Amino acid sequence: MASTEAFVPSGLTDGDLLELYRRMVLLRTYDERSLVYHRQGRIGTYAIFWNHEAIQAGATFALADDDWIFPSYRESAIGLVRGMPAETILQWWRGHPAGWWNPADWNIASITVPIATHVPHAAGLAWGKKLRGEPGIAMAFFGDGATSEGAFHEGVNLAAVMNAPAVFVCNNNQWAISTPIEAQTRAETLADKAVGYGIPGVRVDGLDVLAVYNAAREAVERARTGGGPTLIEAVHYRAAPHATADDPRAYVDLARVEEERARECVGRYESTLKSAGLLTDEHVEAVRCEAEDLMRAGIAAAEAEPPADPELLFRHAYVDPPGNIRRG
Amino acid sequence: MHTWTRRGTSAVAELTLVEAVNDALHTELERDDDVMVLGEDVGRAGGVFRATAGLRERFGSDRCVDTPLAEAGLLGGAVGLCMAGWRPVVEMQYDAFSYPCLDQLITHVGRYHWRTGGAMQFPITIRMPYGGGVRAPELHDDSPEAYYVHTPGIKVAIPSTPSDAKGLLAAAIRDPDPVVIFEPKLVYRTARGEVPDGDYVVPLGKARVAREGSDVTLVAYGAMVPVCERAADALDVSCEVIDIRSLRPLDEDAILASVAKTGRVVIVHEAPRTAGFGAELAALIAERAIFDLQGPVLRVTGYDVPYPYWSIEDAYMPSVQRVSAAVRSLFE
Repeated sequence: MASTEAFVPSGLTDGDLLELYRRMVLLRTYDERSLVYHRQGRIGTYAIFWNHEAIQAGATFALADDDWIFPSYRESAIGLVRGMPAETILQWWRGHPAGWWNPADWNIASITVPIATHVPHAAGLAWGKKLRGEPGIAMAFFGDGATSEGAFHEGVNLAAVMNAPAVFVCNNNQWAISTPIEAQTRAETLADKAVGYGIPGVRVDGLDVLAVYNAAREAVERARTGGGPTLIEAVHYRAAPHATADDPRAYVDLARVEEERARECVGRYESTLKSAGLLTDEHVEAVRCEAEDLMRAGIAAAEAEPPADPELLFRHAYVDPPGNIRRG
Repeated sequence: MHTWTRRGTSAVAELTLVEAVNDALHTELERDDDVMVLGEDVGRAGGVFRATAGLRERFGSDRCVDTPLAEAGLLGGAVGLCMAGWRPVVEMQYDAFSYPCLDQLITHVGRYHWRTGGAMQFPITIRMPYGGGVRAPELHDDSPEAYYVHTPGIKVAIPSTPSDAKGLLAAAIRDPDPVVIFEPKLVYRTARGEVPDGDYVVPLGKARVAREGSDVTLVAYGAMVPVCERAADALDVSCEVIDIRSLRPLDEDAILASVAKTGRVVIVHEAPRTAGFGAELAALIAERAIFDLQGPVLRVTGYDVPYPYWSIEDAYMPSVQRVSAAVRSLFE
């Protein structure tokens, strides 16, 4: 597995390295505050992504603004890396229509709840852009369980056959709710599945943000230069419940979870930056304060939003609605 | 080759139903550079029924695309193509081969416009040959329209004539919402009629009075329309045959007006009976026209069984005899 503990990838300035850190803290803060908001009854059921920040921030750091991101629910807050207001994402988790953004405003597709079904969307967008001669690639995120779905197979295969500029990022946290990876596949690695599609598959340490970035940068470069899609398997371990409605004590080894929590990715990157002399305690404090302020402002704005108009039941069900949709 | 003749101001040709589908695709790809056709065997082969013949040669392999054999990936890919600005026309090779695509249809195609707060449009057309009576192996014979029309966000149309096959398909391709067109393969080559040349649209949501009558209304779509017409010929009561053409949007007024006139209704479809579209039509008539009725609303449908081996499929398909018997029972 590639690891970058000891080196800094080419092309990243000190400013880039700190921006990467800022994005990880933003995501971490979003996640930790969301758990609190859920317990306070201020948002609904929430899918926790604690310790997935290195994958989300690292992979998307390789993208340009006109590249598209296709998130699963585990990447619900990935819009933060492009400046999407926390309020929007919080509203999604509050079940309020204000949380449903226009994908074209951010080049971020809607949060996909059913597993792997957005993988063909990413393939289609990437292929469609290529057919039009337009710049822009697609990066899709999904979990280890998703690789068992037909939609994963059909989507990656379509992208490969069409030589579409797509990057498929598998967040292998080794658990699909309660099902461990060994009950999901007999493949030695998920990256091996790329062989079946005739595309490169790479495996990286999902807790090493620079390793993830490096793998993504190579995949993005390949996609942009006509080399087609890449499958990246970012390996780590789910050190939190699947979602707020899940109690993993029934199936997980708590000692292992504690071990994994001790190796969490934000602190690890923080140490790397500090030992390289790039990050000071003051900077850490400033970044955390900024993220916390953003969340405070986000939840306040979300709660200040008037309740959704029930009329929205009908608006947008169709562009040109049949006459009878209001008959219930 | 088509023989074109000029009638009045517009040219028409005598085409079969499947030729009319092909004509619509040529016309719409010519008219709008964003329209592309994709599916299994649609390009090199021109489709297993030749519905897409000539498109690849004329518009190129980027606009008439042979895809991998994967119906969910195909429709899911079309969602992404819409995001990139295309208007995909997706062929499902057969009715029952389309079932894997229901995953994408239900979870995304019918919901994505709504999910984006109305910001993005997904003008996907799905077209597929459907229905039985063609002496084919298992799962080449289904009538799955109820699964599709039950899905919010989706529109569904089913032509029974060549001109409607062209006009409804053109309407579907130009429609801003996802539309599914079921093409009655039983009459792909036996339904023959005049089809206007060039731009020709039959709006969704308008039924067609296939035959006027005064004693009983036969409501049908697709390959059951000619069955109803033959029953009307055979019966000595005056039958009005309504070809509803569009299941959603549904021309309720046309159905209710006919029921108001005749007071008797027989609904005919090949799909299994339970929760078939006939049940929806019967409920509509019960809710809105019960005082116009002089007898029960009857259905003649397929049975609640798997579509049978073809050597006994005639016992499954609604026939002129079954439709006639239902009509006669309303006058006993």
